[in-house]
Amino acid sequence: MKHPIKTSESDPTFFEEIKEETGAEKILMCFNCKGCSTGCPVTDVVPQYNIKKLLRMSAMGLRDRVLNSEHLWYCTTCFRCQERCPEGVKTVDTMLKLRSIAVKNGVMLPAHKKIAEYVMRTGHGVPIDEQNRKKRKELELDELPGTVHSCPEALEEVRHLIKACGFDRLVGFDQQSLA
Amino acid sequence: MTKNITDNSKRNLSLFLGCIAPNRYPGIESATRKVMERLGISLKELEGASCCPAPGVFQSFDKKTWLTLASRNLCLSESLDADILTVCNGCYATLADTNRILKEDPEAKAGVNEKLSEIGKEFSGKIEVRHIVEYLFREVSPEKVRDAVIHPLDLRVAVHYGCHLIKPAHERKLGSAENPSFFDELVEATGARSVEYEDKMACCGAGGGARSAVQDVALALTEKKLEHMQSANVDCIVDACPFCHLQFDQGQIELADRLGKEFNIPVLHYSQLLGLALGYSPEELGIHLNRIQNSEFYTKLGERAESRFPGRKLGAGAGIGKGGVPT
Repeated sequence: MKHPIKTSESDPTFFEEIKEETGAEKILMCFNCKGCSTGCPVTDVVPQYNIKKLLRMSAMGLRDRVLNSEHLWYCTTCFRCQERCPEGVKTVDTMLKLRSIAVKNGVMLPAHKKIAEYVMRTGHGVPIDEQNRKKRKELELDELPGTVHSCPEALEEVRHLIKACGFDRLVGFDQQSLA
Repeated sequence: MTKNITDNSKRNLSLFLGCIAPNRYPGIESATRKVMERLGISLKELEGASCCPAPGVFQSFDKKTWLTLASRNLCLSESLDADILTVCNGCYATLADTNRILKEDPEAKAGVNEKLSEIGKEFSGKIEVRHIVEYLFREVSPEKVRDAVIHPLDLRVAVHYGCHLIKPAHERKLGSAENPSFFDELVEATGARSVEYEDKMACCGAGGGARSAVQDVALALTEKKLEHMQSANVDCIVDACPFCHLQFDQGQIELADRLGKEFNIPVLHYSQLLGLALGYSPEELGIHLNRIQNSEFYTKLGERAESRFPGRKLGAGAGIGKGGVPT
């Protein structure tokens, strides 16, 4: 075995933290049937990726291995495994909880951080650009959609909520730079 | 999937645009407005709506922020006394899940309302979240959609449901997640044929933040799906989600650039397919603004599947079937 698990690696507080997500405690019900990974479209193209392994490691309290695994970010949240699990393990819901624990510990991928920043800056994860302003006009739509893009007060509301939730601090974004 | 017992078709509806439809594929917005108007369904404008917010990033990063920003969008529709209509599976996931969680969990609702009170809003939980495909099936029906068709389409279609339209199945209540049929029925109502293909219910690859952060993984899923569609010899892909749409359309360009692999399969949102069958031109529906342009497809649009509508007198349709790529 290449990386044997040492009992000293296990952190019981990790499972306690995971359990905050309702239903996530069900990862203890997994009996290794592999129904989740067998149907997984990601495992289909990246055989090393295995959601069962990540969830089992989580149940064992292997905090560092799980939170630092790049595989944590491979799941497309297609829900096929969660639908098929015979034990009702909330595979995807738990994966999302694991990601949020990682983020709280400062692990986030630059591309995701950028999308979060777009929402803080413009109210849209994918904001309008020049090319699409033109496409909208060609289609006889308003050049800007009637969303936060046309409504500065609405954008202020979005920014206010982001701040109130502490999301700007979580992502390490300075709202002062918006002014 | 069965139809609702109660008649929800009389309830007001607002149109939630999201990000990718208005800001990357405005043809989907244009097509949605046109087909809904033709079907006699009025849509209220949801002024000041934001990103849903994107489930892949926000639900992964911080559930409370995800719920709070989503609840603000729901409040906008609540204040119009309207159910909220999405054209995107990602927006549907965020808004429908948030609506359900806040209705079921008083603690979550109180937490969100504490934040919302700071901007003078309150989530009350009095509306429903709808997806255009689910709405058309339940409230309009494939039969009535079929009755509205004036240009029956002679196309072989690869239907792509996308994941979050039907899953989690327990929450969506749209029947089988492994073998659904409601979307196929709506596609066939246009005259087109929904063609079976390998692993039809597989993911496009874009979701969960995969497209932005692990693009190679996302594209590998897309490539597999496109191979399966190509083997079934389809004329186009029809999706229910601008993000799946982007992944298939832009993804084909990326696969050609990276691997030299060309599929050249046109990609349509259901609103665009229906728009064609209702007689709108590809230009009116923004189909010519897609990255993938296939001249054979435009020629094919001129062929009418009259035989699938026996005994019906059908209209001419505007600007379809002139052949060649629209300029």
